[in-house]
Amino acid sequence: MEIYYDPHDLPRFEEIGNDAPLLGKKFFEYYNAVFAEGALTEREKSLIALAVAHAVQCPYCIDAYTQACLEKGSNVNEMTEAVHVATAIRGGASLIHGLQMRKIAGRLSF
Amino acid sequence: MARSPENPAEGSVDVASGVVPFSRFLYEKGLQLTRKQTTTLQVNVGLLCNQACRHCHLDAGPGRREMMKGETVEEVAAYARRGGFETVDITGGAPELNPHLATLIEKLSPAGSRVMLRSNLTALNDGKRDFLMEFCRAERVVIVASFPSLDLSQTESQRGEGTFGESITALRRLNALGYGQEGSGLEIDLVSNPTGAFLPPSQAEAEKRFRRELERRWGIAFNHLYTFSNVPLGRFRAWLKCSGNFRTYMERLAAQFNPCAFEGLMCRSLVSVSWDGYLYDCDFNLAERLPMDGVKIHVSEMTGPPGPGTPIAVSDHCYACTAGTGFT
Ligand code: SF4
Repeated sequence: MEIYYDPHDLPRFEEIGNDAPLLGKKFFEYYNAVFAEGALTEREKSLIALAVAHAVQCPYCIDAYTQACLEKGSNVNEMTEAVHVATAIRGGASLIHGLQMRKIAGRLSF
Repeated sequence: MARSPENPAEGSVDVASGVVPFSRFLYEKGLQLTRKQTTTLQVNVGLLCNQACRHCHLDAGPGRREMMKGETVEEVAAYARRGGFETVDITGGAPELNPHLATLIEKLSPAGSRVMLRSNLTALNDGKRDFLMEFCRAERVVIVASFPSLDLSQTESQRGEGTFGESITALRRLNALGYGQEGSGLEIDLVSNPTGAFLPPSQAEAEKRFRRELERRWGIAFNHLYTFSNVPLGRFRAWLKCSGNFRTYMERLAAQFNPCAFEGLMCRSLVSVSWDGYLYDCDFNLAERLPMDGVKIHVSEMTGPPGPGTPIAVSDHCYACTAGTGFT
């Protein structure tokens, strides 16, 4: 295999259930239920998914949810803001752990 | 029985578009596309437009000269009376730029039809046709206005610089005249087409959001919002090709085929007449010069609406009408 990520794999996602049909079925049922309109609209859920896709750095999800956000009526400003939300949480999560570092360093130092 | 494609080779996937020909697709699904009762007469009064939107399937724009003449307007109005159509749907280009528009509307009113005017809003409110909004109100014309997005940059990337603000101004003027106001009987509907090579959002969800945001930001009211796919013809097709999106867009349309949308296709109940007076099954077939039932028939030769059961001419652009929630 020359490349790890192939865009043509994206529409084949469901094949992941091939050798574990029950687990695959449960996952996709859950997945579809999560993205159906509830207290949040489908559009809002797609924006959350796009942000999370950036946090987990999944190129397939970034591809799928960029398309989904546009198709749910979002625009690039909103999508970019969603990515910044992911970035702020990721950055903030690293920084807040910096307090651990500072506490440990304080304990170990004169 | 569905008509078999004449050439069996048609069955293979078109390498450029990545989809099987639409006629073959229907044949394989055991479907056929024929007319039900034809209740709407669509009139394309010309391709001249003050805008050159990037999704335009007709390639309409300021450089186009095709325009319905006064004589054809008379013939169309006479056909509308003969046909007893429930609705007459006037489109273009920008229909406002045809000097015979008011005459056509006046002549259609006694025919008892509901008259719809497809407007890009900027031509209706460009300061050169001030009487037209008042005139539409007096004739109780339904305005069907393009308003692709609540976002300025998305709107202007599709329709051109300055169009967003001008559309807002036009909508506010129409509201002030009573359009979209409860109890006025004056209807204004919005049409949102995606601003690129992707499919439209669900109509119900988009309508809720547009209603809330237009009211909140600008105090604008409207009756209905329609979300339609872009049709891969004309300027949009050229853009799909040069941006490298053509194949994936066609595949996406075909993958979203919806049997319910197929049942309710507008071509089953509509006949479209071009600026030169010839009949087509829809505005997209008109763009492709694919005449109704394969023969060029002039409006003056028609005694009434085409009968139920008449076959409808199809091509690959029909995939846009059958995808998702379809096209009305
Ligand atoms: S383009 Fe759409 S409306 Fe026209 S014939 Fe095809 S399916 Fe019908």
